[in-house]
Amino acid sequence: MGGLIQALLPGRVARTRVKGELTMSNEAAAENIQYLTFTLSEEVFAMDIDKVREVLDFTAITRVPGTPEFMRGVINLRGSVVPVVDMRQKFGMQATEQGVNTCIIIVEVTVDGETTLLGAMADSVREVLELEPGSIEPPPRIGTRLNIEFIRGMGKRDEQIMMILDIDKVFSFSELAATRGMDGEPRIASNA
Amino acid sequence: MNDHYRRIFREEASELLIELETALLDLEQSPSDIDLIGRVFRALHTLKGSSAMFGYEEAAAFTHEIETVFELFREGGGAVGKELIGLTLQARDLIMAMLTASGESTGDLADRARQMVASFQMQVPVAATAMSSTPTASHPLPAAVPAAFHIRYQPGEETFRSGVNPVTLFNELHLLGECRVTVITDAVPPLEELDPSRCHLAWEIHLVTDAGIDAIRDVFIFAGDDELEITPVEATGEAAKENGNRLSGNSQEAAADSVVAEPAGMEPGREAISSIRIPAEKLDTLVNLVGELVTVQARLSQTAAGRDDAELVALAEEVERLTGELRDSALGIRMLPIGSTFNRFRRLVHDLATELGKEVDITCHGDETELDKTVIELLTDPLIHLIRNCIDHGIESPEVRVAAGKPRQGTVHLSAVHSGESVIITIADDGAGIDRQAVHERGLQKGLIPHGVELPDRELLNLIFSPGFSTSQEITSISGRGVGMDVVKRGVDALRGNISVASEQGKGTAVTIRMPLTLAIIESLLVQIGTDCYMLPLSLVEECLELTGNDAARANGRHLINVRGQIIPYIRLRDRFGVCGAPPAIEQVVVTELDGKRVGFAVDHVIGGHQTVIKSLGKVFRNVIGVSGATILGDGTVALILDIAELVQAEEQAEWAA
Amino acid sequence: MSRTILAVDDSASVRMMLSFTLKESGYRVIEAADGRDGLAMLKNQAVDMVITDLNMPNLDGIGLIRGIRENPTTRFTPVIMLTTESQDIRKNDARAAGATGWITKPFGPEQLLAAVRKVIG
Repeated sequence: MGGLIQALLPGRVARTRVKGELTMSNEAAAENIQYLTFTLSEEVFAMDIDKVREVLDFTAITRVPGTPEFMRGVINLRGSVVPVVDMRQKFGMQATEQGVNTCIIIVEVTVDGETTLLGAMADSVREVLELEPGSIEPPPRIGTRLNIEFIRGMGKRDEQIMMILDIDKVFSFSELAATRGMDGEPRIASNA
Repeated sequence: MNDHYRRIFREEASELLIELETALLDLEQSPSDIDLIGRVFRALHTLKGSSAMFGYEEAAAFTHEIETVFELFREGGGAVGKELIGLTLQARDLIMAMLTASGESTGDLADRARQMVASFQMQVPVAATAMSSTPTASHPLPAAVPAAFHIRYQPGEETFRSGVNPVTLFNELHLLGECRVTVITDAVPPLEELDPSRCHLAWEIHLVTDAGIDAIRDVFIFAGDDELEITPVEATGEAAKENGNRLSGNSQEAAADSVVAEPAGMEPGREAISSIRIPAEKLDTLVNLVGELVTVQARLSQTAAGRDDAELVALAEEVERLTGELRDSALGIRMLPIGSTFNRFRRLVHDLATELGKEVDITCHGDETELDKTVIELLTDPLIHLIRNCIDHGIESPEVRVAAGKPRQGTVHLSAVHSGESVIITIADDGAGIDRQAVHERGLQKGLIPHGVELPDRELLNLIFSPGFSTSQEITSISGRGVGMDVVKRGVDALRGNISVASEQGKGTAVTIRMPLTLAIIESLLVQIGTDCYMLPLSLVEECLELTGNDAARANGRHLINVRGQIIPYIRLRDRFGVCGAPPAIEQVVVTELDGKRVGFAVDHVIGGHQTVIKSLGKVFRNVIGVSGATILGDGTVALILDIAELVQAEEQAEWAA
Repeated sequence: MSRTILAVDDSASVRMMLSFTLKESGYRVIEAADGRDGLAMLKNQAVDMVITDLNMPNLDGIGLIRGIRENPTTRFTPVIMLTTESQDIRKNDARAAGATGWITKPFGPEQLLAAVRKVIG
């Protein structure tokens, strides 16, 4: 994984982005996009690498009381306090258990015109790959167990199916800012 | 002139305008104070000079008119009338508009300026004559043909003491044309009587130039009329008899004066202060860097403590000491007296009272109290809101006041005092006060008070800070408080401050705001619960006590602890934060005091004092209750800073609900 | 060696304008915010010339000139006074106190430099 982390340091990826000459109905089809793939409970997910700032090894996380279970807490990222979301819990799976490959993907998301850094906890990071627009299909309406809002499409590569996340939606503030009472009951139900 | 200079000029001009306003408002209180008139004059004068320098001719000309009026008062004395002060305040606003106006609006401003000048002239008829004098003297055009001139230059004996060097003048004459200089040494005394600091020489110069006589006069522009004689050679001009002695006599007088004048000009015991102007962002960067340094230093100290290396420990201690000093001075730079903000309010009160037909005086106490620049800036809006409320809803009309046996003029009193790590700002009025009955009814109506519950007085009054509480018009008129106290509270909360209100019906209302001195770094107490570390603001901590299992048992499950005979409730943070695992046999209670209320917080361990650089938790955690921020510990992990007021409030609400 | 001019004015923008113009022409410039500040500077620093405003807090231009003329080391130092048109009477006071000359505000760089050249060449 070291090489990959290296490859993901800021200013690292010199990528070509081919803008479509023609206006296409599906925005995703307009360009070849590079994705970072990662796993949550054996399942493969992908996110637009443009959103990814860096990948960190697992580090000590400080819990913030009164937040939903999937908010694992905050970490120190070179002097800044960055929230970390357990992606497994966010998608209704068992909480992530720390393993050798557990990592935190630091993403930069924009919500309400405000850019902020967030950490996404994943079981492992796999690779950076480029998907042709043609190989991306719209998400199936059933069978993903996920809120369809969060999924931009289904990617296919070497028989491997991966769910491409719309990371801005996953990390929208209304999703994250939910709190729960100090007694542990959710105050605002999260739709995980 | 480049933009940078204009920017500096504008900053300076806005300071001068503030000074002008302050001086005018002071003058309103003591209308014949010659020092205050001097201050007004000086502010206007400097403003005029620099406006002209930076191309704001209209503003300069307008300012000149007003300055002239005040110059008359400065020279002649007398009391400056209320109307003139009001007019000058308006003029000040107009000057500000002229300095910030762009393009098309300037014509309009110029019209207003003209009208206002007319009003000024009505105010001070004597001044009108002095005003319209413009010092333009038309000179004849220079002769284009070369002409010869005879120049006699006999400077006064004291001329060297005025810093004049005749040689530079002759050099300049050479540039005008062909020039022959003859020195006249007749007046030079014998050597033993010669005082080389005096000028005993005179010069005769023959100059042929096409530049004309005015160009020659320009060369000698600094020379007195009686020192110079220029005669066109063709003409047999009537030479005025020069009289050098007269000038030297004057100079001696002046020198004698200066012996007396000097100590008078210097205020005793005050050193010359030179200050520099720094952009605020640079200071913010500095404070941020110091914050980072404090964090790294904590880490260094922790590392050093863990190693058996005396040299490293000594170094770490040295770094700790230096960091502390650096932190204090960096934060000190950002501290500003709150007085400048108070002054802005004086104008607000003046304008608002006039508008509402009320008579209101504002008094201030503690102008010199220093607060972090950012805190002052962010506090200004809430304070304006509160003062507006005082005048709008608190202070009654003069008739009502008189009927109630109060003085016609209401008073708004602002004060600021330091209290430990905080500053306490009070805005008090002697108005109608808050109608508790109305607040109670409104509270019931809004579901803020459970039926049948009699709220303690303080909590009843604090209901006015509840969101949406006083948005209805009828309550505002009855309660004597305005709209949006919740907005004020949110503003204060955002600064980790605390707001409370006290009121006596018919007597007045006082709103008290407690603010941290700085937003950047606080002293805090580091505690541990389970595996997590938390910070409590040290300024609120009174003491730490041990809580044994026995103590807990004796209280029958109630969270009360006996501190030297006083029963204090405590909040068990372990329960509150849902921490798993067994607590230690002996827990510790940190006793805090906030607004006179003592509340304990039970934690696993108290680790010790800590320099805490405050980091924002960001928008994601905006709804979290009881946590005001985060900080980074020496080992690089994050610890949360607890908000004691919020924790206590949440606990109270939870117990009511139960 | 470039010559040093002390610029004394309570307006930072005027000081800056003076300083900028003079430095462009190769003079060295030190600044003071008022007469008292200016006198303090003259204690530690030799200057070739002083340019001062008239109305300033703490110690005004006249007071500054008197201070300068009092001190044997600065007795002959040229001092140019910045005035505004309304202060003609004060010009005489300034002369009496020992000002070398004056410049009327507002002034442009050329006028300033002309005056400076006039007194220190």
